[in-house]
Amino acid sequence: MKIRDAIENYTFVLPAVTIFSVFYIIPFIWVFQLGMFEWDGISFTRVFVGLQNFKEIFLQDSNWWQSMWNASYITLIALTFQNILAFMLALACDREIRMKNFYRVIFFIPPVLSEVVVGMAWRFIINDIDGANIINRMLIGMGFGNLAHNWLSDPNTALTTVALVHCWKGFGWGFLIFLAGLQTIPRELYEAARVDGASAWQSFKKITMPLMVPVMVLVAILTVLGTMQVFVLIVSLVGGEFAGHTSVPVLRILASMRGSSRFGYACAQGITFGMVLVAISFIQYRFSKKGH
Amino acid sequence: MRRRGLGIILFLLFVISGCCPVSVDSKPSISVWHWMTDRDPAFQELAKKYEALTGVKVNFELYAPSDAYSQKIRAAAQGTNLPDVFGILGEKRDFASFIKAGHILDITSYMEANNSNWKNNFFPKALAVNEFGPGNSYGIKPGIFGVPIDIMTIQMVYNKKLFEQLGLNPNRPPKTLQEFLDIGVKIRAAGMQGLVSGWGEVWMIDCLANNYAFNIMGKDKVLATIRGEVAYTDPDWVKVFSIFKRMQDSGVLAKGLVTMINKSAEQIFANEKAVFAFNGSWCVNVYKGMNPSLEYGAMLPPAASSQYPMAIWGGAGSSFMVNARSKNKEEVVKFLIWLTDQDQQAYLAQATNNLPANKNSLTKIPEILAQFARGMDYATHPNVWGVSEFSLVIEAFDRGIQSIIIGEKSPEQVASDVQKIKEREMAKKRAK
Repeated sequence: MKIRDAIENYTFVLPAVTIFSVFYIIPFIWVFQLGMFEWDGISFTRVFVGLQNFKEIFLQDSNWWQSMWNASYITLIALTFQNILAFMLALACDREIRMKNFYRVIFFIPPVLSEVVVGMAWRFIINDIDGANIINRMLIGMGFGNLAHNWLSDPNTALTTVALVHCWKGFGWGFLIFLAGLQTIPRELYEAARVDGASAWQSFKKITMPLMVPVMVLVAILTVLGTMQVFVLIVSLVGGEFAGHTSVPVLRILASMRGSSRFGYACAQGITFGMVLVAISFIQYRFSKKGH
Repeated sequence: MRRRGLGIILFLLFVISGCCPVSVDSKPSISVWHWMTDRDPAFQELAKKYEALTGVKVNFELYAPSDAYSQKIRAAAQGTNLPDVFGILGEKRDFASFIKAGHILDITSYMEANNSNWKNNFFPKALAVNEFGPGNSYGIKPGIFGVPIDIMTIQMVYNKKLFEQLGLNPNRPPKTLQEFLDIGVKIRAAGMQGLVSGWGEVWMIDCLANNYAFNIMGKDKVLATIRGEVAYTDPDWVKVFSIFKRMQDSGVLAKGLVTMINKSAEQIFANEKAVFAFNGSWCVNVYKGMNPSLEYGAMLPPAASSQYPMAIWGGAGSSFMVNARSKNKEEVVKFLIWLTDQDQQAYLAQATNNLPANKNSLTKIPEILAQFARGMDYATHPNVWGVSEFSLVIEAFDRGIQSIIIGEKSPEQVASDVQKIKEREMAKKRAK
């Protein structure tokens, strides 16, 4: 009977395991394997180089690590600015305010837009000769004319501008998840706290925050995974890596594949990048579990 | 019961029709994959004409954008699922890899048949891009491996109206770098924008820099540099890098040029917001679509030296290759001979505003296209040099020029950075 049950159970999970293996596990192993070859992506022959590609990534490829740093910088801004904004807006929409459904829809529009469209639209908003120069005009109008400049073509501001546009595009996801999380908190807890004389700040600190920790971890992990892989927005905003100032890992992988025809090296970069993302997510998870 | 009977009959009909052989057609069909969105309607029209003429069906399948097309071709090559005819986007070494993997047919014998009738129709420079000469560094057997469909040159264009506003003669574009830089001063004073181009996408920077390298030090020294016999820290290369600093300092470069994508650059120039643009001959069609009343002329990049002639990138704009594994090779070659014949090429040129690869079809093209065509005398292309620079060196070179333009690095620093990468790559190559 036990064996029959086991066979039955395995039969149920078999389709899922098969699909997962065929589309995730096997390609991952294959990409890892390709990472140990020198291959141009066209020839049928590949030269085995062992861990040479990985060694080159870690010891020689300064462009790769610069791109990792740039992606981390964008991620840091997204983790802080974007998520705090999303959380605050979710808090506001969770309360009984007028037109809250309207706001919910509005806040969710940017995430559903294509990254190319968002990039082109913001390029138009920011740039002057091929755009409307709105940001600079606003700055001049507010008396900050000395701050007006070419935001996307200045190495000091290009990456931050990209990061802020990314936050604008991405905050809607965080907003939606935070709002869903807030709505699962039983209202009775707030009512009991109010009866006990707790202030709004105390309710927030003692009820909302602790109960929202798992949601915050989820949003943080999704933000890291989504932001580290940003590249379409960068291409449509600044055309590419802009002397390395807006270079990110995915653009480097593409450069290895398309520019250099080094498919093996690109696979090694992909594996390294994937490992970094897994490690960050794992650390975040462990850290939050400990804190909780 | 009656319904069940009907169901069984229908089922049997499906089974029988499914098992029947597909309609036998003695004429083969030819599949062509391409990425040229602007040329697709004209290709479809030509396919219809060819079918009416010969009974052979040609399926032009468009896969755009070019990046997606490029990936599709590579994936198909791995699975040996390439179509009968396809184009390759990439460098000469990619072309060579396709040939080495046995994907591309050597068409030399077809080209040279009947006293080289087919071959003689083409501009030699257009054909050169598809040729591998004796002793080429890629190890490919000498021969012709592709059919040029159109040609292109990458030059500068200038806005005649804005020239007049600046007090310049609209029929006399600058010929020397100094004249060009002097116009930059006027442009800045007038609050206009100077040169626009897709320098955010970098390869066009590489193109202009190489134009000046040929002009300053000549072809032999440029190729010697690629072979590793001359260093990028050589004073002539520093001069090449310095040109970009001088351009930036003079005001002849438009604001935000280093992050400009070519589509934006084309819009700016077509909307008469910039005096100059650096673009390929395909721009004629683009500008026509954006602003049909735009008055502009084409010019060679203004020379920085009189020692060597100015060179521009040009040659085959796009080419088609025959799949060496195709079952219809003979039919495919016949179709390509027809496609590159005078009438079809003239039709393509007229319909798409691209320069025809067939030199006999140049008679009826607009003046602006003719100006681009005249640039063919100065045309060269990395794909005909016989040697390729390391891609990491090209990347450092292009990034370095971006850094010079934004004032981050000096020309000497960039020359030194590029040379370091060159030495590293050469050491790697020697170690292999």
